[in-house]
Amino acid sequence: MIAYTIRRLLAAVPILIVSSFIIFWVASLSADPIRQRFEGRNPPPPAATIQLERERLNFDAGFFRQYWDWLWNLVVHQDFGPSINSAMNIGSELGRRTVITFRLVILAMVLAVILAVVTGVLSAVRQYSRLDYTFTFLGFLFLAMPSFWLAVVLKQGAIAFNDSVEGNLNRRPIPTINHQASVVPEEFWPRMMDIALHMVLPTISLALITYAALSRFQRSSMLEVLNSDYIRLARAKGLSARRVMVRHALRTALIPLTTVTALGIAAILGGAVVTETVYQWRGMGDLLVTAVVAQDRYVTMGWLLVAGLFVILGNLAADLLYAVLDPRIRYE
Amino acid sequence: MSDASTKAAPSAEPPARAEREFTVKERTQFQIVLSRFLRHRAAVVSLVVLLLIILWAYLGQRVWPRAYNWLEGPGSAAPSLQYPMGTDEVGHDYFSRVMRGAQQSLNVAFLVALLSTAIGAPYGAIAGYFGGRVDMVMMRIVDVMLTLPVIAVAGMLTQYLRGTWWVVALILAGFGWVVNARVVRGVVLSLREQEFIEAARALGASDARVIFRHLIPNVTGVLIVQATLDIAGAILAEAGLSFIGLGIQGPDTSLGLLTNLSQEAVGTRPWLFYFPGLTIIAIALTINFIGDGLRDALDPRQTRQRR
Repeated sequence: MIAYTIRRLLAAVPILIVSSFIIFWVASLSADPIRQRFEGRNPPPPAATIQLERERLNFDAGFFRQYWDWLWNLVVHQDFGPSINSAMNIGSELGRRTVITFRLVILAMVLAVILAVVTGVLSAVRQYSRLDYTFTFLGFLFLAMPSFWLAVVLKQGAIAFNDSVEGNLNRRPIPTINHQASVVPEEFWPRMMDIALHMVLPTISLALITYAALSRFQRSSMLEVLNSDYIRLARAKGLSARRVMVRHALRTALIPLTTVTALGIAAILGGAVVTETVYQWRGMGDLLVTAVVAQDRYVTMGWLLVAGLFVILGNLAADLLYAVLDPRIRYE
Repeated sequence: MSDASTKAAPSAEPPARAEREFTVKERTQFQIVLSRFLRHRAAVVSLVVLLLIILWAYLGQRVWPRAYNWLEGPGSAAPSLQYPMGTDEVGHDYFSRVMRGAQQSLNVAFLVALLSTAIGAPYGAIAGYFGGRVDMVMMRIVDVMLTLPVIAVAGMLTQYLRGTWWVVALILAGFGWVVNARVVRGVVLSLREQEFIEAARALGASDARVIFRHLIPNVTGVLIVQATLDIAGAILAEAGLSFIGLGIQGPDTSLGLLTNLSQEAVGTRPWLFYFPGLTIIAIALTINFIGDGLRDALDPRQTRQRR
């Protein structure tokens, strides 16, 4: 299995190279970001300034040469390339923002899985009951809801709540924008508290959007298990209903959910971009949207490497977990 | 009298009775599927609602007196009889804007579903049928597509190509087909081991004939259900892209763009935000229920009846 893992990780390298090249190619299709930036400036910037900027961004080299230089600098110097914003170091910016976004993504994912297992299992055990229909309808509703829409509605609700609790603009019970207070508290615990409070709304909206599909999945896999022969055997042996449900049915029915969750990392990242936009977080989402609008190609490519790596690791984790949990599957 | 009594006696004519009992009206596959679908109440209601929304979005604009780019109304008027969804700050009739937005969003969704199926089904069938090295190469291409962030590529391309609805649809389909391909491949992997495929090959059918005449027809049910998921996914994806300003661009409009533009107004002029959002939810919700009904109806193993 270790050999299998190493082989899969090695296979990820060409995938990331090809996809970063595609991003680079798409980025080079669009207009010249330098001209876009300096156009219409009055007085026009001196030609030397433009030339320096072109050199800094390596725009005078040929198409393939530019890509090669980027790859070379990345591998040899761990340098993600120059950003249009000359004050930004792409590597450290990516690191900082990944931490911000991933605390949201991971917490939302944990919440979503718990919610999905509880509702999915209850739905399956009481199939076609009123409870099942309620959960099914709620699941479908969240499945049909655009993530940004739910986020804005929750934000609006929180604003109304804040207004009703306290009129003072400086002390709001539930923060509705940004990932931390504008003045970050010095001590450890107040700082953690500040971060946690800022996470409340984005986590709830991302978790609700994510749980719906998982819950439908959990319901059907639980149903399949409950209708299988070995559960009938377990009941026939005279085991208690609780033991049959928890030890026999649930343990088996959780296996497919692990895989689906690990495979869903890409979708959650996409959802996080939109959620962060609504709550004005300065995370990976903001970084990507800003970079795409400003045609900041090396930032976009760096973003792709981080996100792509997580997607590939997620897929690998899905396969490995499957092998660990299901003894019938073996990888050579 | 004796005639009548023998006819009335239950044991007198066993053959005729047996015949009557075992005469079953023949039903085609389509009729079976249809009757199963009709039993799924939520799906049937959804189908009716969706058809009404489609009629409203495509034909409503011809009937409604004001076009989506008409802007001589009062600014920021609340919903009234004259303007059922109010007006926005420049005096657009919001009812006709939501109608137009729904039309553009549905255009995107239908084209995405069509293209994803047309590309994904043969791709997945070929990969699954041949297996081995062909499968490996084809699936690595899928892996590359899966690592590409849709938002980044779509955002760059819509800026470059001026986001009209079909550009957005082409981009979303460019990513969407991957899912269809994987689903079809999965089904084909198990189908190709079955006897009827072996029989077709033993009779001398070419690979192309096996794939297009035997495998793809057997995947139809899965493809139809997947197409409903594609439509719902595309509606939400288009909305998300347009919401962060990287999808359909003005002066045209879409449901996502309308919610984006009215995001700040949700506190003061809530109708601008809620009407397009509720339309998105209505479309995606009904399509998901229809897909659920179709899945139950098309699944031959489904025996448990709905109550």
